[in-house]
Amino acid sequence: MRLPSCSRPLVILVLLFGLGQVPLACAADNASMKTISPDELVRLLTAKTGKPLLFQVGSHMLYVQAHIPGSEYLGAGSTPQGIQNLRGRVGTLPKNTSIVLYCGCCPWSHCPNVNPAYDALQQLGFTNVKVLFLANNFGADWVDKGYSVAKGD
Amino acid sequence: MKKLLLILAAGLLLLGWTLWQHSAKPRTTGLRPAPAFSLTDLSGRTVSLSDYRGKVVILDFWATWCDPCKQEIPHFIEMQNKYASQGLQVLGVSMDDDEPPVRQFQQQFKMNYPVAIGNPKLADQYGGILGLPITFVIDRNGRITVRHVGATDPSVIETEIQKLLAQPPS
Repeated sequence: MRLPSCSRPLVILVLLFGLGQVPLACAADNASMKTISPDELVRLLTAKTGKPLLFQVGSHMLYVQAHIPGSEYLGAGSTPQGIQNLRGRVGTLPKNTSIVLYCGCCPWSHCPNVNPAYDALQQLGFTNVKVLFLANNFGADWVDKGYSVAKGD
Repeated sequence: MKKLLLILAAGLLLLGWTLWQHSAKPRTTGLRPAPAFSLTDLSGRTVSLSDYRGKVVILDFWATWCDPCKQEIPHFIEMQNKYASQGLQVLGVSMDDDEPPVRQFQQQFKMNYPVAIGNPKLADQYGGILGLPITFVIDRNGRITVRHVGATDPSVIETEIQKLLAQPPS
C-alpha cells in the first residue's frame, strides 16, 4: 500500500504509541510547507509595504466568529469547492504574489485544510506562499494572544 | 550511528506526544451558568439546554472534519449508554458549515444522542468555539464545571461525570 507522504510520520507514531491513537489522515505537515509564526505575520501586516494576501482556508463558522482583519474566506481546503475557490481567486495574480494561508480549526498536526490549499498553490506555480503556524487552534494561538481580530463575513 | 538516530527520533516523538497531551489539559472555569440555547436537532426535535436541568450534560462542540473529535465521539456514545439511567445526557453541536456530512456521520457512527448544527451566536455565548473539539461538562444545576479544549482523555471526562452524577441537584 502506498501512503501519501504526509501520512508516513503518522505511521511511525502509530507503531510507537499504539493503534487507535493517531488517525491515518493527511494533516498539516511542517516539512513540506513554508510556515510563518503569528509574530512574524503581525510584523508583516504592520509594515508599510510587502503586506501579503491573507486567505482563510478552513471553516466558515470559525471565520464568522473571528478572523484576521483583511483576510478573505475561500472555503475549506479539504473540499473540492474550497480548492476551486482558491484557484479562482489567484487565477490572475502574479506568481510571486505574497500569500499567507491559515486555518486554525484544530491542532496543527490534525488540520485537514492547509496542506491541500498549499499544494494547490504550489501546483499553480506560486513561489511566495506561507502557512500561518497555529499550534493548537486559532482561538488559543491568535485570539487569546491578543492579536487583532475581525468578526462577521 | 543509525541506532543513535533512531533513539533520538523516538525521543523527539515522545516529547511531541507529551506536549500534545499537555495541550489538551482542561481549563477549569469555575461554576458559571451554562448559556441557554435552543436548537433543532437532525431529527427535527427541539433541543433546549433547559430541558436537561437536573441532568449532568456533556456538551460537545465538534465537526466531521475534525479528527480528534472523531476519536472522542465513540467514547461519548459509550458514556451515554452507560450513564443515561443515572442522569447523563450527551449533546452534540456540530460546527460544520453544511448539514449533509453531519447527518451521514451521525448515521455511520450510530450516535445515540441529539446532534444539532451550531451557529456563531451560540459559539460566542460559549466564549468562542475557535478550534475543535471543545467539550463542556455541565452539572445538574446547569453550571459549567469544566471546559476541555482539544482531544481529551475520555477517562478524565468519565471521572468528572461520575462525581457529578453522584451529587443531587441543589
